[in-house]
Amino acid sequence: MSDTQDEGRGIPKVKRFMLVNRKAPYGTIYALEALEVVLIAAAFDQDVSLVFVDDGVYQIRKGQQTKDIGQKNFSPTYRALGDYDIEKLYVERESLEARGLAADDLLVPVQVLGAVELGALMDEQDVVFSF
Amino acid sequence: MTAAVAIKDSEVAVDEEGYLVNLADWNEEVANAMAAEDNIALTENHWEVINFLRDYYAEYQVAPAIRVLTKAIGKKLGPEKGNSKYLYELFPYGPAKQACRYAGLPKPTGCI
Repeated sequence: MSDTQDEGRGIPKVKRFMLVNRKAPYGTIYALEALEVVLIAAAFDQDVSLVFVDDGVYQIRKGQQTKDIGQKNFSPTYRALGDYDIEKLYVERESLEARGLAADDLLVPVQVLGAVELGALMDEQDVVFSF
Repeated sequence: MTAAVAIKDSEVAVDEEGYLVNLADWNEEVANAMAAEDNIALTENHWEVINFLRDYYAEYQVAPAIRVLTKAIGKKLGPEKGNSKYLYELFPYGPAKQACRYAGLPKPTGCI
């Protein structure tokens, strides 16, 4: 699709998509699938934001070592999101603190928000996907 | 569709769209053989893009979508190369898809 996106585009229909990541990066397919959805949504020039809450904050934790579990370490891909013009990354403060983490422990620059602020932001979205 | 690409006296497995099954099977001979099947002789300019893609994948573990590729090539190799016309001339089947295939990478996410 993206190979021909410069042609024949009508009035763009941009929706606000928010992807809420709640699960640890490995052990289930959710984190990787969410990342795929993000990249696809970006190819369609949608307004995409990402939220990391609960164990989802581990998805963007620095220093992931996956060799021993025989899985691909896909965490470097979060650093490519800027190339896709995805710059709205939010992390829930309570989830970070409960895990003894700070913004410096994360692979990418994020905005740390409290649960109440995040809730308000979710309210403004057209589509919220929970992973 | 071929399920293998012949390289000299051996062959490497590819999926139904021609992408390598095992990314570790890649070498320059594989790229040349894939291109030859499309009747393309790889030039210096092709290699510039292929090597760029391999570096990008090594860094980010993802094959860039065409828009990202075009922008990044422009930044690295100059605006005369960072545009769709130039890249389509090199890779007429779609620069991201075709060049990623020759580079031994998966099909870029967002190309459907």
